[in-house]
Amino acid sequence: MTADAWFEVASAVCLLIGALLSLAAGIGLLRFPDALSRMHAATKPQIAGLAFILLAIALEQRNWATVSTLFLVMLFQMLTAPVAVHMIGRAAYRTRHLRRELLLTDELADVVDRASQDLATDPAARPE
Amino acid sequence: MSRMKGSIWRQVPLLVWLVVLWLFLWDQVSVLSIVTGLVLALLVTRVFYLPPVELPDRVNPLGVLLFLARFVFDLVRASFQVAWMAIDPRRVPTSSIIAVQLSTKSDLSLTLTALAVSLVPGSLIVEADRQDDILYLHALGTETPEDVEQVRAGVVAVEERIVRAIGSRDDVRRVNMSRAERSLPPLITGRRQSAWESRHPIVPAEQYTPEGGYPE
Repeated sequence: MTADAWFEVASAVCLLIGALLSLAAGIGLLRFPDALSRMHAATKPQIAGLAFILLAIALEQRNWATVSTLFLVMLFQMLTAPVAVHMIGRAAYRTRHLRRELLLTDELADVVDRASQDLATDPAARPE
Repeated sequence: MSRMKGSIWRQVPLLVWLVVLWLFLWDQVSVLSIVTGLVLALLVTRVFYLPPVELPDRVNPLGVLLFLARFVFDLVRASFQVAWMAIDPRRVPTSSIIAVQLSTKSDLSLTLTALAVSLVPGSLIVEADRQDDILYLHALGTETPEDVEQVRAGVVAVEERIVRAIGSRDDVRRVNMSRAERSLPPLITGRRQSAWESRHPIVPAEQYTPEGGYPE
């Protein structure tokens, strides 16, 4: 087999892995029980999935112009996904879109309770 | 005057980075692309002004490589784990919300730790307590209390790898102190580290700058 053919095979394998990870993300979105768990499925396997698909494109094209653009795609995905996840996760927690009976522990609940009690007893502690 | 000079020098890394970004977008290095990149970089930093990031006073290239290698490994491994949890027909994973106390105070270390933890599947940051440097994360697939402790130790290890790579001298000291409390050997020792520590006494948390830097 020639070098080109090997690159083709590697590219095809990466494409398949990326597609499978994205498929698993979709299934997780359906199967996971609450908003916070679904966030994992919605955003995470997709990052590795995207990485594999971009790797497949890089292996297929093999020139710097493409690779530099793919690098930017990956970089901005990695910089923005955690922010989106954090904002949605935080909103989901605060609006109680989670099933507490499925949690093993919730170490944030005590802190929130304490903060609400402080607010109830001392109005000066209320943030503006 | 010295303050102004300092603020200009602090913007140089950001400007260089923006120009590189522009060159990557154009896929070519020419006089025109560099000049337009520079003009745009200056314009963007003036129009969308952000408070400057406190850059660390030390960088360890080997530490950066180790961190990146381990990060990619964790990312790929955890991706397959979460993918398997999604399709495993036997059960739906049990989650936990875990508080992790970090030892550093700087914005940069806290942000990078949160970013790295957030990117690895199976854990997402629900809340960050900037005042006390605590990250609250939602972890997928924690079936037993041992799993919870494992996730907690994992986040602390991520922070330690980041501090080894690009933590400031103060970050290193704080991590070393927290490791000593757990009777672990210090992360980094060295002549320059001890020289810095002898010149900079330990100060209470209230005296740190708003960006979490050591008060000079």
